[in-house]
Amino acid sequence: MSTMVKYEEKPLKIVGTRPIRPDGVDKVTGRARFAADYSLPGQLIGKVLRSPHAHARIKSVDTTAAQSLPGVKAVVTRDDFADMPSEFAAAGELTINFRDVTRNMMAREKVLYDGHPVAAVAAISESIAREALKLIKVEYEVLPHVIDVVEAMKPDAPLLHEEQFTDGVTPKPDKPSNIAKRLVFARGDLEAGFKQADIVVEREFNTKPVHQGYIEPQACLASASEDGQVELWTGTQGHFVFRAQCAKVLQMDVGKLRVVPTELGGGFGGKNNIYTEPLAIALSRKSHRPVKMVMTREEVFRATGPTSGANVKVKIGCTKDGRIIAAEAELNFQAGAFAGSSVGMACPCTFTRYDIDNVKVVGHDVTVNRPKVAAYRAPGAPIIVFGVESVIDELAKTLGIDPIEFRLKNAAKEGTQTYYGPKLGPIGYIETLNKAKAHPHYSAPLGLNQGRGIATGFWFNIGMETSSRLNVNEDGTVTLIMGTVDVAGGSRASMAMMVAEELGIAYDRVRPVIGDTTTLGFNFITAGSRGTFAGGMAAVLSARQAIERLRQRVAQIREVALEDVLWKDGSAVPAPGSAKQFTPMSLVEIARMAGKTGGSISGQSEINAQGAGPGFCTHIVDVEVDKQTGAVKILRYTIVQDVGKAIHPAYVEGQMQGAAVQGIGWSLNEEYFYGADGVLQNPGFLDYRVPVASDVPYIDTVIVEVPNPNHPYGVRGCGEVSIIPPIAAISNAINNAMGVRLRSQPMSPPVVLKALGEAAGGKSKG
Amino acid sequence: MYFLITLLGSMEIGEKMSEMRYEAPKTLDAAVALLAGANGRARILAGGTDVVIQMRSGRIEPELLVDLKGIPEMMAIAAENGGFRFGAAVSGLDLIEHKALANAWPGVIDSVNLIGSLQVRARASVGGNLCNASPAADSVPALIAAGARVSIVGPKGKRDAPVEEIPTGPGKTSLAKGEIVVSFLLPKRPAHSGDAYLRFTPRTEMDIAVVGAGVNLTLDGGGICREARVCLGAVADRALLVPEAAAALIGSKVDAPALDRMAAAASAACRPIDDKRGTREFRIKVAGVMARRAAELALTRARGN
Repeated sequence: MSTMVKYEEKPLKIVGTRPIRPDGVDKVTGRARFAADYSLPGQLIGKVLRSPHAHARIKSVDTTAAQSLPGVKAVVTRDDFADMPSEFAAAGELTINFRDVTRNMMAREKVLYDGHPVAAVAAISESIAREALKLIKVEYEVLPHVIDVVEAMKPDAPLLHEEQFTDGVTPKPDKPSNIAKRLVFARGDLEAGFKQADIVVEREFNTKPVHQGYIEPQACLASASEDGQVELWTGTQGHFVFRAQCAKVLQMDVGKLRVVPTELGGGFGGKNNIYTEPLAIALSRKSHRPVKMVMTREEVFRATGPTSGANVKVKIGCTKDGRIIAAEAELNFQAGAFAGSSVGMACPCTFTRYDIDNVKVVGHDVTVNRPKVAAYRAPGAPIIVFGVESVIDELAKTLGIDPIEFRLKNAAKEGTQTYYGPKLGPIGYIETLNKAKAHPHYSAPLGLNQGRGIATGFWFNIGMETSSRLNVNEDGTVTLIMGTVDVAGGSRASMAMMVAEELGIAYDRVRPVIGDTTTLGFNFITAGSRGTFAGGMAAVLSARQAIERLRQRVAQIREVALEDVLWKDGSAVPAPGSAKQFTPMSLVEIARMAGKTGGSISGQSEINAQGAGPGFCTHIVDVEVDKQTGAVKILRYTIVQDVGKAIHPAYVEGQMQGAAVQGIGWSLNEEYFYGADGVLQNPGFLDYRVPVASDVPYIDTVIVEVPNPNHPYGVRGCGEVSIIPPIAAISNAINNAMGVRLRSQPMSPPVVLKALGEAAGGKSKG
Repeated sequence: MYFLITLLGSMEIGEKMSEMRYEAPKTLDAAVALLAGANGRARILAGGTDVVIQMRSGRIEPELLVDLKGIPEMMAIAAENGGFRFGAAVSGLDLIEHKALANAWPGVIDSVNLIGSLQVRARASVGGNLCNASPAADSVPALIAAGARVSIVGPKGKRDAPVEEIPTGPGKTSLAKGEIVVSFLLPKRPAHSGDAYLRFTPRTEMDIAVVGAGVNLTLDGGGICREARVCLGAVADRALLVPEAAAALIGSKVDAPALDRMAAAASAACRPIDDKRGTREFRIKVAGVMARRAAELALTRARGN
């Protein structure tokens, strides 16, 4: 059973306005509590011993000396955790395997990356905990390692998992491989399609893994009691999913674990999975004291998931008049140490902006000696779209067609058959292209060494399990309890606005809070831009149930039939034309007498939301290239995005801008540097260069609203799609500025300067 | 004053743990005695923007920290023989806000202004920047180009030295055990002088130099360059004074051919490494570009006074 709620167009009083977010004051005054802000009396500090090797067999772990250091209260190693069989579960947009989860949180047979946990200690201070880590003796047999995806796919590459045979290949291979999975999506007759094409462009692209770069390192506080009950405070995008994962790997009942989500200092997909949480719980069980664990930035970089680096090949054929006939792509994605990259999401995103009859996309999920990848905002899509939108740009240029015009000729619209399954419903892709074309930015003059680039993005968005509860308080204010974590985008404001709109009361009469795992039924993680779509749907349904109960209460008080009571502007009013007229009762009046008329009034909903509306966007970027240093400056940036409906336009714009800024960082300077020894050399923000404020211009936004028919307010989800186009848009802009085509990311100054030098030497392929 | 502090986290009374001594002497003699007498790992603390980070990361574990900010000579800025003497522990921000010094040495001030963030500059000192001995330190090439000298005290008394003689390699200096850099002397400026420091970083700020270039020059009344010093950062194991680059400017009007020769000489002097901050090839090319741009800015400044 799934839930969709029909979109109704109606006059709006609150939805579409820009009130202050409920968490705003606490955040600007420093009062907001993030995971590392929680402490309990008697708490210990937990620290993790991590592998210094990219790939090694663990021969022994000796914790004797660490355990006898005064102040050390508990030590855990692989021996403290049960092995798990292969069993898959959803965690955000990626799938996890519990066999791997237990090995990622604490290495068992082998360490698979620099930073892989091998032991954890809890001590009365951080300095003692650090001292104890030095006393743990780990004997390793160092093995050859592999970092690069193309290298890892070779038959003689160092093998991470002896039991991993490529899935999706028949017959089953007789040799294990780093290729965990092969995926194929196809439609039409590719060969015939390419034969009809007048021009065919085929190119190869390479990208590096990039980190989500959330400002708040992972942190948690666990307290286990002697009767097996556990409380856990943690920064997470989904506390119910964390509860499930921890309960599973610790072999405990779900009902005995209470997870309290704290304010989140950014996640972007990187806080969909557990890291130190089960270690903290295990250490707390062993020490009988609360255990707090806060990762350092270095640990975040070495051991939490970036998105994949990849090697991709794109081939597109079109007619002379610019109609795409056939398109093919191969996606080779790094999964990190364990299978499960975002290649499965990237494959269907590859060409879905276009209506193409003949398509084939092949994906490979490849294990390498790096930290296990995690979701990152529209997981996988920016990587492949970099390639596809670059080739589209090249085709348009070759044919002398305006790049937006070329896309319009091939644009997906309602009814377009996708190559991964469904036909598209009402979407706003064409609207974003038209508005981009009409935007003053698109026709603004450019100076010397400046260029303009265009690229577009598509993202599915998702719904999933969601629940909420709305309590009408005795003074008529409303408490809205949500189970979808506000990942700092401002979804609490959006929920409160939709509820206020439904109830017909002021926005500040609704207090939205995120409940812990004991307050509501299961909620899926805040991922896939589902927060305001699915959470909003649940909140609206809770409000509607509360309204039903408020009407029932008034019907009972006024002794009229339920159908004679309508809800209008925050009050129960008699239905027009009804024989039984009565004095209207406001929400406040009903709430005040609720105790005497049957008890407090609430509404709740438990749904599996479906019908998320896909999001599309078009980006325009102007760059200026310093010919002598290769530095690329972003001069101007405009995003046109279909969001369905912007409940709180300021926070929607914030999502669009934030996504573009992350995309700009991804494009220009973010990359991991590994030494020949497989050890990460830049585990910090000094040398892992996310953009600073002065690196990016004001990002202009144009909101397009093509309502999603399956959401009461038409919401599609808006958080992810705008991270997809920047890499391609910037590469296209550099091409227009300098005539060189960059097919690898990052487009950092050394890379750009080298390409300019080669072009000047006549070696560029243009 | 003497007390024990524990770093990094809370501690329960009675629990044994590693201890560190912190001292804040009021005189140079006392500081020298402490450092010379230390039998273990001693570190000087000025702004702490390098030392504290290194301690937190576990890279260093000092047994003794000697905080020099209580010593008057370390914290003063004063005119001296037409130039300026400033204490090695003076914060970057105090230097930047010293109008007379900033007017005389805009390039030195530009270099200090590029260090870290505003918060970092409020703590970080030029003495620390020099003695941390990072080849990428921003203020060092500017000071070397400026012809700055340092005054040093140690167990064997006082000495002074040109700035370029202090760093000897990454994290290494020519200072003997117990020696402290007390102050910097920026010389008197002849008329028609100008200095500049520019660096290349992938980000616009909050970054570390991939290449830095400090240029200081003096013109005669006819606009001919009579004195020049060119110093490069982040292209060798320490800041590199490049006399060949300066020679290309001296005697010229700092015109395009002279700048071309100067840039080529700067690039030719580089002996950089390939690392996460830039490739060897990139650094060599961009060193010439930065030196040229710095010379152009120094020229504009020299013509303006």
